[in-house]
Amino acid sequence: MSDFIKLTNVTKTYTRGKESISIFDKLTLSIPKGDFVAIMGPSGSGKTTLLNLLGGTDRCDSGEIVFDGEHIEGYSEGQLAAWRARNVGFIFQFYNLMPVLTAAQNVELPLMLTSLTSLPSQKRKDNVATALKIVDLSDRAGHKPKELSGGQQQRVAIARAIVSDPKFLLCDEPTGDLDRATANDILKTLQQLNRELGKTIIMVTHDPEAARFATRTLHLDKGQFVEVTS
Amino acid sequence: MSLMNQTGSVIMMNVRSIPQRLWMSVATVVSIALVVAVLLGFLALANGFSQTLKGSGSPNVVIVLRDGSGAELNSVIGRDQIDLLAAGPGIKLGADGKPLISAELMLVVDGIKKSSGTKANMPLRGIGPNGLAVRSQVRLREGRMFAPGSNEIVVGAGLLREFAGFEMGKTIRFGAQTWRVVGVFEAPGTVFESELWADAPVVQSLFNRGTSFQTARIALTSPEAMPAYLAYIKSDPRLQLKVQSEQAYFAAQAERSGLLIKYVGWPLGLIMSVGALAGALNTMYASVASRASEIATLRVIGFSGFSAFMGTMCEALVLSALGALLGTAACSLLFNGLSASTLGAGFTQVAFRLQVGPELVGQAMVLALVIGFVGGVFPGLRAARQRPLLAL
Repeated sequence: MSDFIKLTNVTKTYTRGKESISIFDKLTLSIPKGDFVAIMGPSGSGKTTLLNLLGGTDRCDSGEIVFDGEHIEGYSEGQLAAWRARNVGFIFQFYNLMPVLTAAQNVELPLMLTSLTSLPSQKRKDNVATALKIVDLSDRAGHKPKELSGGQQQRVAIARAIVSDPKFLLCDEPTGDLDRATANDILKTLQQLNRELGKTIIMVTHDPEAARFATRTLHLDKGQFVEVTS
Repeated sequence: MSLMNQTGSVIMMNVRSIPQRLWMSVATVVSIALVVAVLLGFLALANGFSQTLKGSGSPNVVIVLRDGSGAELNSVIGRDQIDLLAAGPGIKLGADGKPLISAELMLVVDGIKKSSGTKANMPLRGIGPNGLAVRSQVRLREGRMFAPGSNEIVVGAGLLREFAGFEMGKTIRFGAQTWRVVGVFEAPGTVFESELWADAPVVQSLFNRGTSFQTARIALTSPEAMPAYLAYIKSDPRLQLKVQSEQAYFAAQAERSGLLIKYVGWPLGLIMSVGALAGALNTMYASVASRASEIATLRVIGFSGFSAFMGTMCEALVLSALGALLGTAACSLLFNGLSASTLGAGFTQVAFRLQVGPELVGQAMVLALVIGFVGGVFPGLRAARQRPLLAL
């Protein structure tokens, strides 16, 4: 299978005062299209930094980051923002929904950014309705986040992540704030998106139960992959 | 299209989230409203006074003072000079076929102000038979004009409003003499409404002014007749007098009230604005801080820094516009049309009404929006620089 996401010799260092902390030193990673990868590791292993680099919210010091043939390591802030809008769907641990917007309005947000803005209003509403239907929340479209349970809020966040049909989904501890049963529901939904819609998913998690829903798990420690399990 | 859409969405979210910071937002709105109300109140005061002075002058009436006199009180014109003035060109004729000229004198008498119960100066004007004819704005509202040669007075409606004891039929004492009120006249928006009028020869006699006057008002056939009349006066060495149109005379006095606005009203408004600006900045920084995660999330999704900036900026402008509307409404309800009086150029009280006009509202609105703009720009920049990493 060809590489859909490829990191080659990526180096990342943070500076705190006079101290330099190396997070990655020549990290290399390949993820094929349609993969569902869980990334695990102890605190400080570099999981969040890797997620930031993959999501284009942070830049590496050196090396190459290529998505579907597109190099993003040299992009400016503005270019990265546009690239994220076109290609990435984000799912956060604490859902990060806009409290003043309804579920449907939250889901519609990414459609304000891409070429989909030129869609007729009705078509946009259809897309939102479809995304909410996929996460089984059609009946909650008019509800605001505070009127929804944690699991429902995370479903809205998933609908927001997929509504613009991004090339891949980045999930940061998507079940970290949920009970086991609700977490499993969310993970099944992600699995469905991967299997039925072919979405490439990269999920950072501390939870081995959650990692079991992925097709493979990468273990990260001190900035290096130490183990791969399928 | 995308930039407009995302900016519109962020603005909408910011504005709709204002209730989440209700009390802080209310404090900002109220502080801006206070700035607007105080500034507008002061401008309305100055505007009302200025408009009253400007409205008093007619373009085809000439006012004559002694050369070098700035006001009527320190002017003297002799009887012989009045006769020479009446012989000039372009003077309008009255119904009796005689030139419309009114030789007048003005004295300061005491009255009790209704608002404070204290003594204040009032102008008592002695006018001739043409006194009404040279003032087209004046109309008798009640009673009749004074009878020539009698101790009767007519009272301006503004003076009646501001001073106690001048109602129809009342008797008033000035010095050793008593006077009876026989009429009330009105001349809306002019200084004349703040005067008492009596027969000029009676005033001359009772106040020991001999046969001298202080001013002469001459009605010309049209404003175009003015240059010829001025040339006539300049050409006669016996007429060492200061001549100008009544309109120019009052406009010059109105200009002085403009200085009040310039040196007191605006500095006061600007000093208060600094306080309101501090409140606005505080509110908007708090808004950005409380929405840090939301802003970062939008930035992660792909929203631009510009949309985050505009969201914060528009929230500040909405708050300042609400403050401006509240301040304007309060000022209009409390002050617009309110009767007041202050010392005029003749060291006597001029009654006028506060005027909150569209131009003043516009100026106060601009000041409020400037507060909103400055109060929004720095927090807006902070929002625009919010790092997407915060969302994770």
